Amino acid sequence: MTVPAEGIVGPAPVRRQRNPVLQSEAARGLSLISPTLIYAVIFLVVPILLVLANSFWTQHYLEIDRTFTLENYRVALTDPIYRDLLLRSLWISLLVSFFTVTLAYPIAYFISFHGGVHKGLWLFLITIPFWTSYLLRVMSWKVILGYNGVLNSTLMGLGLTDGPSDAFLYNTTAVVITLTHAWATFAVLPIFVSLEKIDRTLVEAATDLGDGPLRRFLRITLPLSVPGIISAVLIVMIPTVGDFVTPRLVGGKDGVMIANAIQAQFGKAANWPLGAALSVTTMAVVTAMAAFIVVTIRMAARRAR
Amino acid sequence: MPDRTIANRSMIEISRVTRSYGSFKALDETSLTIREGEFFSLLGPSGCGKTTLLRMIAGFDTPTSGSISIDGQPMDGVPANRRPTNMVFQSYAIFPHLNVEQNVCYGLKRLRLDAAEEKRRVEEALAQVSLTGLGKRGALELSGGQRQRVALARALVMRPKVLLLDEPLSALDKKLREQMQVELRRLQQAVGITFVLVTHDQYEALAMSDRIAVMFGGRIAQVASPKEIYQRPVNCQVADFLGGMNFVKAEIVEENGASMTLDTPGFGRVRTDKPAAFVRNGRAATLGIRPERLRVLWDDATDAHEVAGKVVDRHYFGEITHLVIEIPGFEKPLSVTETNNFGADDIPVGASIRLAYDPDALVALAD
Repeated sequence: MTVPAEGIVGPAPVRRQRNPVLQSEAARGLSLISPTLIYAVIFLVVPILLVLANSFWTQHYLEIDRTFTLENYRVALTDPIYRDLLLRSLWISLLVSFFTVTLAYPIAYFISFHGGVHKGLWLFLITIPFWTSYLLRVMSWKVILGYNGVLNSTLMGLGLTDGPSDAFLYNTTAVVITLTHAWATFAVLPIFVSLEKIDRTLVEAATDLGDGPLRRFLRITLPLSVPGIISAVLIVMIPTVGDFVTPRLVGGKDGVMIANAIQAQFGKAANWPLGAALSVTTMAVVTAMAAFIVVTIRMAARRAR
Repeated sequence: MPDRTIANRSMIEISRVTRSYGSFKALDETSLTIREGEFFSLLGPSGCGKTTLLRMIAGFDTPTSGSISIDGQPMDGVPANRRPTNMVFQSYAIFPHLNVEQNVCYGLKRLRLDAAEEKRRVEEALAQVSLTGLGKRGALELSGGQRQRVALARALVMRPKVLLLDEPLSALDKKLREQMQVELRRLQQAVGITFVLVTHDQYEALAMSDRIAVMFGGRIAQVASPKEIYQRPVNCQVADFLGGMNFVKAEIVEENGASMTLDTPGFGRVRTDKPAAFVRNGRAATLGIRPERLRVLWDDATDAHEVAGKVVDRHYFGEITHLVIEIPGFEKPLSVTETNNFGADDIPVGASIRLAYDPDALVALAD
């Protein structure tokens, strides 16, 4: 019994006619992401555009003069106060990212390579400090570093110092210590992820080819975890440049950062256009520095081979 | 295939090595000698302990008890990076952030050779695996077969005393795998290094090795040349793992020294060698015969040794036909592999048929 060939072929599928614009792949994609897109436009794009617009205007007491001017940028870039504040902020954020990554790497390494079946538990334990408010964590450093603080009383109790010292709090070091502590977890996670991705047989292969523990770490594990290091540096550096709570609480007058100046312009000084110009300048400088750091780390990793 | 004489000097001595994980013994009191310049295969199903043994030779795993020595040097406490062995990993483990050349000279860097010598050795290794000119290629731009070759070159360039290969061909497709079998064998003969190959593919082991150790459940069942392993397997497990085998229940009539006489309904009285591992258990024994050692007798052809039966199933494989033939008095039907002659008639299912066999092809098997 043979089936005639025509019998196998069914009727040609009839496509329902629809508006080709709505049918298109792009339209479907856009409609899928539209809630997020609308959210992003209203809460991210519009505010940034407003800040950008403000930075080209001038404040006259209570009114804003909307004629285009670059005067705010001239002040932001040439006034030594703002220049110094910006440089100090960049320096502090660099120090914080360096110390954070240096401290976070061994933790991430330990969890990834020696965490065994408890990796999840270890990561969970690391997030515990985040259960308390950021402010509370900053305040606790005040308690530790203060004049009558834990550090001073310990040193005196051990007989290492005669009286309390005020050298620990209200300076750049205090800001760096506090921020480093606050951002540690954010650095652990991306480094942990990049270490987890490393195929363990690569480490075995390096051993097989004669490398001891240190050499194989430097030649295999470290270069392959560079993406994690870069994310960690960026995740820590970018927000810390703009931090104003920590310098306000533990920074004293040496620890003031650019965000404090920006906050002052939007607050007490009531000069929104200058504040906006300072914000835009900071954004531009941070972007440039982030790009520079990414390129530097990549080049360093390549040279290490 | 082994046409060159292998020095009778031992390269690897494994004595009474056990590796336990809790109560599970991955390797159980295993002893083995691998000779210098030999292509040696560890063959067995997954979980038989072959990879564990290889990793202990490499130094990635430590015996729970027993000892391993390489080239006369005991390896107890010697870490993997100080052993005169190099390994080709199953996943190849090519360093993704380095190019082919950097991968190959990875181990040489530590030796601090002068630049010209290092370059010469890398070039030589690349040539050995036919990768000349691909030195600057990135590791991620390579095909599976090329990665395999880089892994091989990276290990060979170190000039190890022993090259360990952990299922190196399992990820390749059939054609490439067969080509690499030939190449690996040729390469081994050219460099003269002792190769230890782990595989679960019996044809791979038969095609490449000087000797094979067949392993089951953490123990070595038989160590012998491919030919002997195939023709004279010591027990049913080995026989079954290395290709098809017909098992026929037999009765022991007489047993003396190294030989014994068995009686079966179809094959009659057969005198065979007694396998080394044979332990007598009552009067029952097993005889084995490979499917290709049974021959269909066409038309009026006769043979001194015949057995009659009926075709119950037939499978066509191109160059061969696989016949399943029921023999009166046998528990299980016999498998017969018949080479196809173009133009010859098919043997229909249900046909009565006579088979010729060579009594020498019948082997007594321990259970």
